[in-house]
Amino acid sequence: MAKYNILMHEMVPEHWLVPVKEEENILKSLGVTKGQLPKIRRTDPVIKTLEKAPGIGEIVPGRIIEIVRKSRTRGIAKIYRTVIGE
Amino acid sequence: MKVEISKGIEELKFALLSPEEIRRMSAVKVITPDTYDDDGYPIEKGLMDPSMGVIEPGLKCKTCGGKVDQCPGHFGHIELAMPVVHIGFIKEIYSILSSTCSNCGRIKLPDSNLKEFFEKIKDTANRLSDIEYDDIVSEVESDASEVVICPHCHFENQKVALDKPTTFREEGKKLTPKEIRERFEKIQNDDLPLIGLDPKVARPEWMILTVFPVPPVNVRPTITLETGERSEDDLTHKLVDVIRINQRLRENRDQGSPQLIIEDLWDLLQYHVTTYFDNQTPGTPPARHRSGRSLKTLVQRLKGKEGRFRSNLSGKRVNFSARTVISPEPFLSINQVGVPAKAARELTVTETATEHNFERLKELIKNGPGRDEAVYKPGVNYVYRIDGSRIKISEKNSAEVAEKMELGWQVERQMEDGDIVLFNRQPSLHRMSMMAHEVRVLPYRTFRFNLAVCAPYNADFDGDEMNLHVLQSQEARAEAEILMKVQENFLSPRFGGPIMGAIHDHITALFMLTYRNPLIPLETGLHITSYIDVDRTPETVEVDGKRYFKGRDIFSLILPEGVNLEFKGKLADKSLDPNGTEGLIRIEKGKLVNGAIDENAVGQSKGALLDYVLRKYGNAEGAKFLDNLTRLAAGVISFTGFSTGIDDEDVPGEAKAQLREVGNEAVQKVEKLIENYKNGLIGMEPGKTLEDTLESMVMKALSQAREKSSEIASHYLGMDNSTVIMARSGARANMMNLAQMAGIIGQQSIRGQRQHRGYTNRTLPHFQKGDIGAYARGFVSSSYKEGLNPTEYFFHATGGREGLVDIAVRTSRSGYMQRRLINALEDLKVSEEGKVLDTEDSVIQLEYGEDGTDPSRSFEGDSVDVDYLVKEIFGTKYEGGKK
Repeated sequence: MAKYNILMHEMVPEHWLVPVKEEENILKSLGVTKGQLPKIRRTDPVIKTLEKAPGIGEIVPGRIIEIVRKSRTRGIAKIYRTVIGE
Repeated sequence: MKVEISKGIEELKFALLSPEEIRRMSAVKVITPDTYDDDGYPIEKGLMDPSMGVIEPGLKCKTCGGKVDQCPGHFGHIELAMPVVHIGFIKEIYSILSSTCSNCGRIKLPDSNLKEFFEKIKDTANRLSDIEYDDIVSEVESDASEVVICPHCHFENQKVALDKPTTFREEGKKLTPKEIRERFEKIQNDDLPLIGLDPKVARPEWMILTVFPVPPVNVRPTITLETGERSEDDLTHKLVDVIRINQRLRENRDQGSPQLIIEDLWDLLQYHVTTYFDNQTPGTPPARHRSGRSLKTLVQRLKGKEGRFRSNLSGKRVNFSARTVISPEPFLSINQVGVPAKAARELTVTETATEHNFERLKELIKNGPGRDEAVYKPGVNYVYRIDGSRIKISEKNSAEVAEKMELGWQVERQMEDGDIVLFNRQPSLHRMSMMAHEVRVLPYRTFRFNLAVCAPYNADFDGDEMNLHVLQSQEARAEAEILMKVQENFLSPRFGGPIMGAIHDHITALFMLTYRNPLIPLETGLHITSYIDVDRTPETVEVDGKRYFKGRDIFSLILPEGVNLEFKGKLADKSLDPNGTEGLIRIEKGKLVNGAIDENAVGQSKGALLDYVLRKYGNAEGAKFLDNLTRLAAGVISFTGFSTGIDDEDVPGEAKAQLREVGNEAVQKVEKLIENYKNGLIGMEPGKTLEDTLESMVMKALSQAREKSSEIASHYLGMDNSTVIMARSGARANMMNLAQMAGIIGQQSIRGQRQHRGYTNRTLPHFQKGDIGAYARGFVSSSYKEGLNPTEYFFHATGGREGLVDIAVRTSRSGYMQRRLINALEDLKVSEEGKVLDTEDSVIQLEYGEDGTDPSRSFEGDSVDVDYLVKEIFGTKYEGGKK
């Protein structure tokens, strides 16, 4: 069976790698530090899949992932996670 | 501002007390098993030696010179004649005995293996995982205890067995504690980490006691009874036993008595030492007091619900609080609580005398500690002078103390009307279980509050008790008043609507007042309006020369000015009120124009009118509305009177015949279905077996019978019937309950199925085997009023039992679920910017609930109630495309 791209699954919310240039702006507008954000492991299947996408390459710990998901209260909610090791 | 974690425990380390350390910390060597002499003085070197601390006021400690409140107490010690095993380490002793060599004291594993394990320990030490360390220790133990021939000295070891509770045997031969101790002494320090001990703080032989620490007297104080009799603590009793046997053992040993006697005494000493630590050791009879009560020794002091941890550390008793039975009082505001005068005199508020309250406090002190008067007048129980000394206020010295009072004195004033207190009912499942109330001091002995407040506390008056806490600081009072007052908790964060509202008689009363807008005679109307806090009366109408008020006009008195609202009441359901217009409740410019006020208007957690008043006019106005509403209802219903009895369910003969017909028809229909089934005339429904299909068809037929009976009952019982009024207005019960009383009770079910369990192929011996007809499977065609026949009664009881069991199971399970949820979320907080953070300031949600909406201010879950806004702004409802 061809390997399925989990990002295409309807239950998996959109994941975007935040460009390093924009990181500072986003953190500033949220009013938080990288350490305060929720974490995501670099070994997470989603991160591994993202790495395979064209033009992304290795995602090192410290990068920020933007997750856009459906929310019952807000319609669409954007949340951010910091990539960590292991 | 970044907050670091203020306190954190990095590591806890447990160690053993060495004999030397016990001697070093000892203030006295205890040798006499006695406590006090005939004159009541403690005996030197006895168990109550003054070197071990003081418990009587006025005396000084012989060791540190401190008085009662200064001396922390000091340990003593007993030199044991023979060593004994410490019951708390029995498992460890056993595992060390079995994993080490009895000849050379090494762990019975080859050096290469040991080296390997040491490497692993080093690894875990760096990574700081205690669990992994424990795993290695137990691996060493299980590996080593299998070995027979010691790899170090080639000695052939024998298997050691633990004969519970404290005896060790080697091939049937008893190992004395002394021998065990000698073996343990041989174990090398280097091997200890693999046994789980840190050689810096613990040696295995210290698990065998040779010196016995005697706890300070503060730990086991003597109690002097009122009769002057002295009574010793359980621990002291046990220590007496230990010393006494220890002495006899020493004497016998020194005299060279027969081995048998010495062994008996040794065992006895072991028993006393064991029960001193834990009096519930399995395999040991508990040591008992002379009265037969078993002694409470060290382990019993700490363990369980009544132990030190759960009873004294996790759960502390609290001052400035009261608890008593609750009862209703409709004349109190929802923000108030009635406090019995007796409790009010005990509960105090401490005030510091300043220029501003000086005269007031002076007057209060003059009142003394208070006497029983028709009108409660607060007094003062104690005052504290600036130097901290306390004066008890009595009838005699009150005037004198009042004159002497100076600025800065602390006055413990009794509770008075208007004080803010916290009121609570357990189980405290949500935040509305503890709310702030304003005190009203009342006669008698119960706490009282408005009936609308039952809902948030989930209280009723069948003997419930509640707790009350008096706030002691200005900050606390201010905070409670702003955040915790009853009126501030009107809207529940659970569903964004009012949880308080009219209940039972309130709804009945207002329904009767407004249904079909009755004419109320002038005198009656005036009497009723005297219950409420308004300064006007409605206009009168004249009929046949008599003057009347209209019911709806009286109700309109309590509405805030300018209410414009239109909504559907319970009667809007056409099946309930076929051709009436009472279901459309219309309020224009603060006047009830049409409709009967019912549960949908003012009921708890669904009252549309109440919700509207709260949102438009605020909590204070909402509270005033509900206060007036409860008073008005009390006025109406106490004037009209209202009662119900089983006679309300009397139906005329023709109705009875119809009902009987409905029952019989249903039973016959079921029989017909069964016949068809047996003849194979029933087709399967999708997803069901043939049996399931039949079952669902039968159930349908029978439930139709009940519906039909409900219709007949409703037809014959009208609005002149009390029960119908209650059901229609939503005050209590529903039409189905009514139909069950007057008509047919209906099918009794277990787990949603017809009754089917019991004997072989039948539910009860009263039926034929294989009978699956209506009656054989729990259909009840009688009514509650007529009474049930024996089989029906049985089925009804089975169905009822299921309900009770369900409730019991559900509450315990959901309670535990909620507890886990609360424990997981308890220290999350919403920051000032609206982020949800934990104690480390890590983000849980960037915005509370993702939309930043307070659910208690939301409209049924939506952030904004658009319909309401449109109507408020444009004056009319937006009729266009409704979603």
